[in-house]
Amino acid sequence: MPYRTDIIYRFDGTFDGVLCCVFESYVKKEIPSEIITALDEQTSLFPIKEITTDNAKAERIRYAFPLKASNYAYEYAQKAFLSRYPQKELLILKFIYLGFKFGKTVMNMLADDTVNTMFKIVNNVNREAHFYREFIRFSSYNNVLVSVIEPKNIVLPIISSHFTDRLRNEAFMIFDKSHNMALTYYNYKAEIIPVDELSLPSADSTEKNYRNLWKAFYNTIAIEERYNPKCRMNMMPKRYWKHMTEFAELYNEQDNDIQELNDTSFNKIEKQY
Amino acid sequence: MELIDKLKTLAMSAKYDAACTSSGVDRDNKTDGIGNAASCGICHSFAADGRCISLLKVLMTNYCIYDCKYCINRISNDVPRARFTPDELADITINFYKRNYIEGLFLSSGIIKNPDYTCEQMIETLSILRNKYKFNGYIHAKAIPGADSELISRLGMLADRMSVNIELPSQKSLNMLAPDKSKHSILLPMQQITTRIKENSTEIVKYKKADKFAPAGQSTQMIIGATPDTDFQILRLSEALYKKYSLKRVFYSAYIPVGDQKLLPPAGTKPPLLREHRLYQADWLIRFYGFESGEILDDNNQNFNPYLDPKCNWAVHNMGLFPIEINKAPYEMLLRVPGIGVNSAKRIITARKTTALDYPDLKKLGVVLKRAQYFILCKGKLMDGLKVTEAAVMRQLMSASTVKQLESQGLYLPNDYEQLSFFDSEKHQPTMEDFQKCLTGQI
Repeated sequence: MPYRTDIIYRFDGTFDGVLCCVFESYVKKEIPSEIITALDEQTSLFPIKEITTDNAKAERIRYAFPLKASNYAYEYAQKAFLSRYPQKELLILKFIYLGFKFGKTVMNMLADDTVNTMFKIVNNVNREAHFYREFIRFSSYNNVLVSVIEPKNIVLPIISSHFTDRLRNEAFMIFDKSHNMALTYYNYKAEIIPVDELSLPSADSTEKNYRNLWKAFYNTIAIEERYNPKCRMNMMPKRYWKHMTEFAELYNEQDNDIQELNDTSFNKIEKQY
Repeated sequence: MELIDKLKTLAMSAKYDAACTSSGVDRDNKTDGIGNAASCGICHSFAADGRCISLLKVLMTNYCIYDCKYCINRISNDVPRARFTPDELADITINFYKRNYIEGLFLSSGIIKNPDYTCEQMIETLSILRNKYKFNGYIHAKAIPGADSELISRLGMLADRMSVNIELPSQKSLNMLAPDKSKHSILLPMQQITTRIKENSTEIVKYKKADKFAPAGQSTQMIIGATPDTDFQILRLSEALYKKYSLKRVFYSAYIPVGDQKLLPPAGTKPPLLREHRLYQADWLIRFYGFESGEILDDNNQNFNPYLDPKCNWAVHNMGLFPIEINKAPYEMLLRVPGIGVNSAKRIITARKTTALDYPDLKKLGVVLKRAQYFILCKGKLMDGLKVTEAAVMRQLMSASTVKQLESQGLYLPNDYEQLSFFDSEKHQPTMEDFQKCLTGQI
């Protein structure tokens, strides 16, 4: 019997919720045409089915999928969920189907459209996470290091281990302004918590001193004869500059539009599919 | 002198060193420490010249007793001089590191008093970082030629990577421009470091706890364009360094005139950036693509083709080896196709296990078909509609900027490379008869 496709799933926006969508889809033999959250607007006239998140159902997929398709594949599904790709839930569902069908081989099927898109969006997440490993700038307020970021994908779970290991004996916080969440590390314990707003005190003189030293170093180290702003922008897209100490004075609120223009890498993927 | 001015002066003096990598060692933090190291290396910013800033790259001091003509810090050059104390430098490093500005320290120095004293100053800075601050991040230290081997050895135990700069690729050039240095005085510390790294790796096998000597290996730098050495000489030298001294990296630095010197290109000469770029491309071919220097250049072609990158250049001179079948060719051969890099070659190997690949698949895997199309077959077939003419191939293999440049010079490059077009010329236009056939259904 062919799978029913004229239906839309609505779930609660969690990864377990996606797994429950997968479960429902297997049981009812249907592939939804869309998977949306309560916040999304319905774009077609197909009926909506509410999928309630049930830990027991999610657990069955969480147990069976890695067993059949490898932990590596499961990790990919998890990472893809952090992406800002618009139809990632449906993509993950199709990917899990392929995983159950082909087993471990699914990770070799790079020419398959679903798997290929999975790899591209996971790469995109990883790449952005790596950019933040590079370009996060902390400021010290009473010995607590604080950083503000505005990523497009959710990167905190990926960069967490890097910073907690590196700054093991410090206290720090990375505030993700675009997703209203923050990674906090205090007393050797790391947590990701929802934070709506963060107001920071002004920097003290020691902090300002190191900022100035860094700016001085940054401005000195370039070789004028090799000036190459295009190369710099390729390596360090302008949207990251906003929260970087070395550009702090260059940037003000009006420049917000620039950042939208400068990261086109993702649009390419979207155009392709 | 204010600290900020010292930093400016000593960064200014260090900036001509090309190396700023933090790669080659993976290390977790220790319980009471700060910092770790990732083997891929992490860049923390990019300067206005597009070069990565990974490490705090400064000199201990820019006072120097030598008079190397190409160097900005030569004794006869009139520049402001400064000197860090070991404590100052360690404090800046740690505070920059905490704020995620840098991945570690790149420490070099002009020679004050004598090489041994200079080396001791560097060792002191590094031991403050490693022992007082328990710093586990990356440290790149320049070995000071002429320093006692015991000191070099101590320096290497504190650093992750060590380097000795060759700077000039031949003894003749050295005699001319760096009268205080000789080929021997440069290669000796390099040899020492290589030997220590090898000894150390056997010590680690014997005693698990043995400290590591320069775990991220050794690198060097050569200046390009200050002397008449050819690209082939330079490339052969790098190849020998990779093989003989197991160097991790050789850096090339386009010469930028630092003051007027009779023996050197005059001030205002543009740095030979394209030549430097080609050398890096060739360097990559040697390290990652299995090429040998003799394949890239030879005695008759001692310099790079300015219009084609070395890999394309090799491919067009070895057309006899192509085309190759994507679904069967071994990895080594895939790597030699222009438009296929290390990543896409690996993806091809993986993906072809599950299905026979065709041209659209290659595009998905990240192959640059514009260049690769002339050298490959998919399922035994050339790409549909592909016209192979010499002019078309050349045009596709050259970078867009090169094509533009040539055209602005009035060079004719026929634009006959369009593919997959059924109606690309007048004679293929459907005729009246064709329309009639369509209507009547007659074929």
